[in-house]
Amino acid sequence: MTADEAIHARFCVSWPGFTFDVDLDLPGHGVTALFGHSGSGKTTLLRCLAGLERRSIGSLRFKGEVWQDSERGLFRPTHQRPLGYVFQEASLFAHLSVQQNLDYGRKRVSHAHPVSLQHAVELLGIGHLLDRMPERLSGGERQRVAIARALATSPALLLMDEPLAALDLKRKNEILPYLERLHDELDIPVCYVSHSPDEVARLADHIVLLSEGRVVAAGGLRETLARLDLPTAFTEDAGVVIESVVADHDQIYHLTRLDFAGGNVVVARRPEPVGRRLRFRVHARDISLTLTRAEGTSIINRLPATVIEIATADTPAHVLVRLDAGGTPLIARITRRSLDHLEVAPGKLLWAQIKAVALLA
Amino acid sequence: MKTQGSPLLAGLLFAATSMVGHTAEVQVAVAANFTAPMQKIAAEFEKDTGHKALLAFGATGKFYAQIKNGAPFAVFLAADEKTPATLESEGDAVPGSRFTYAIGTLVLWSAKPGFVDDQGAVLKKGEFQHLAIANPKTAPYGAEAIKVLTRLSLLDAIQPKLVTGENISQAYQFIVTGNAELGFVALSQVMFDGKLSSGSAWIVPADLHDPIRQDAVILAKGKDQPAAKALVEYIKGKKATAIIQSYGYNL
Amino acid sequence: MLSAVDLAAIWLTLKLATVTTAILLIVGTPIAWWLAGTRSRFKVLIGALVALPLVLPPSVIGFYLLITLGPHGPVGQLTQWLGWGILPFTFAGLVVASALYSLPFVVQPLQQAFEAIGPRPLEVAATLRASPWDSFFTVVVPLAKPGFITAAILGFAHTVGEFGVVLMIGGNIPEKTRVVSVQIYDHVEALEYAEAHTLAGGMLLFSFLVLLALYSRKGRNAWT
Repeated sequence: MTADEAIHARFCVSWPGFTFDVDLDLPGHGVTALFGHSGSGKTTLLRCLAGLERRSIGSLRFKGEVWQDSERGLFRPTHQRPLGYVFQEASLFAHLSVQQNLDYGRKRVSHAHPVSLQHAVELLGIGHLLDRMPERLSGGERQRVAIARALATSPALLLMDEPLAALDLKRKNEILPYLERLHDELDIPVCYVSHSPDEVARLADHIVLLSEGRVVAAGGLRETLARLDLPTAFTEDAGVVIESVVADHDQIYHLTRLDFAGGNVVVARRPEPVGRRLRFRVHARDISLTLTRAEGTSIINRLPATVIEIATADTPAHVLVRLDAGGTPLIARITRRSLDHLEVAPGKLLWAQIKAVALLA
Repeated sequence: MKTQGSPLLAGLLFAATSMVGHTAEVQVAVAANFTAPMQKIAAEFEKDTGHKALLAFGATGKFYAQIKNGAPFAVFLAADEKTPATLESEGDAVPGSRFTYAIGTLVLWSAKPGFVDDQGAVLKKGEFQHLAIANPKTAPYGAEAIKVLTRLSLLDAIQPKLVTGENISQAYQFIVTGNAELGFVALSQVMFDGKLSSGSAWIVPADLHDPIRQDAVILAKGKDQPAAKALVEYIKGKKATAIIQSYGYNL
Repeated sequence: MLSAVDLAAIWLTLKLATVTTAILLIVGTPIAWWLAGTRSRFKVLIGALVALPLVLPPSVIGFYLLITLGPHGPVGQLTQWLGWGILPFTFAGLVVASALYSLPFVVQPLQQAFEAIGPRPLEVAATLRASPWDSFFTVVVPLAKPGFITAAILGFAHTVGEFGVVLMIGGNIPEKTRVVSVQIYDHVEALEYAEAHTLAGGMLLFSFLVLLALYSRKGRNAWT
């Protein structure tokens, strides 16, 4: 990626008891997850990008355009930034119908593609809701309208602040497919705030890990999640995300084989056709290690892997082991006793037994 | 009116204290134009007799309505002679207690020195925005002011410039704050120790209006109050007369 | 039943209340907006100043107005310098006095409405390319509509019901400053009780209907 394609952000805001201080480059394409616990500064970063945090000091360059430069006294107000923002609660205008909500932003953008609105309405499946007032929509419907409203302005940057957080599981599952379609069909950068590892694993290409107002790690999703040097807060949930392709369906045992660089796994029968790309997540706690290819075990998925490095885990009893399985990184969480017993050390060849995979679709 | 509360309360206090000793309190309704001399008289009255006069000041018409509706006044010093007479004929005053305590003088007054000449020519020139009078419907001084303007054939010309105070005190207030350049007030309001206290004035000649005879009366409520009788006698006395005259009233 | 003088007083009162309400909505809206949104340490100070007419007796307001608007007062000096003359005894003077006197009745409902809306809808509007002015008129005003209606009703009704201030600076001039409340007072003073009854009864009915309208609007948001 060239420098002009990226987003360069440097912000500093202070409140009593909290300082937010970040300096990072965000890619100008794909979905970047802003991940961290509550109070880590995810929303603040998003608000700084949008220009809603007027007290922030710093600079922001979006694909070569200066949006903020406090040293030179430059600040482009929010309404002059070509962005879309989806808030945690849908925040639809209560006095306007769905259609009028959608038109509100679109009418104010001279260059809006006329197809944007149509496309957004189709993408989010809200065509039948246009005449309704917001109070007569379900939580999931409201959030879909809010997303469509942001998209209708043909934004150059889409900011989403935990758009699913206020929803129950059923509504989440109702919206997630729409978000995935967004990911696949739009070519604008999206910053997506979340504290749900599953959402991040499912939607993100890049990730920024935030903790106490600072950036802990940032980079590609797979590389970053496979790192072992993240703070303890993130290692409880350590694991990797693997991009695979549906390779084969076993009609007799009702299983599906997923191929990826360095091997394959077999999972319960999937509805997707052969050739479809599928992401899955393997938690570190779901991988055990053996010295030899174990026989007489019920575990089907076993991959040969080389130990890369070893790091401390969230408890003194455990360690995290990063492995390379033919180009695919894996992380295993094992006891310190097993570490010594098996004499695990960098460069050693082992077998990784995968007890479970979480398919993200 | 909010002020009704305190005379009522004072009336109750009066009822309580009058039973104790032979010095007593007497509730007095006083025409607004007679405010300053009456305060002085009341002070002397208390010093000389031990009785305390509780004074309420206001428009004569308003007092009439209050007395008719049971206000606890024992003595009424009106701004005219008509109202006490009416009260007497309606049985609200002690028959035969009526007397003229002052004859008021109307004065055209301005807070600005030199604004009003001693012939009243300023009225004809009309170089002013507002001329204040007391409400002619309810205040005798207001009614007499209208008579003056009528006799001078200036009423039509000045009518648009008239501003009306609720009583003669408010008319004075309009003038003293400069909001009205001049107006008709009682000489007693602008005279002190036989001299004009400030501004400029024209004492309206007696032939331009009827003499403003101000009558006092003992009200039905004061019939059996020795202090009420004492006050009336005191007002008729030498000391009070001197005070009244020093404020420009005739007697 | 109503004399020409009474009718003139009614017409004048309605005119005064309408003009005052319009001016108060224009002046009160930015004040209420600022009060609702500011973190300034002057918020408490300005809030208290705006609320003063709620507790001050009309005689105090009338007295100070008579002095400040008068030829020797600061406002009076200004209006004379501008060639407008002085404000007491004029319709414009009554409008100024009424606006001051009814200010909290307009500012407070508006402030409450704005506070209830909060900053979020404005942020949303900004991300949808609406400038602050744009979003104020297209989002805040429609959302605060109940607040505006309450403010207008209260401002209007309170101006109609005003007496003390008008009495003190009005000068009781027919068709200019003699409003209904003063006219009623005059009737009572002059012992014209029949005329007083007609106007006073009308005033009672008007005030009751206004409050009825106001409470029935509020009553819709019941607990149960």
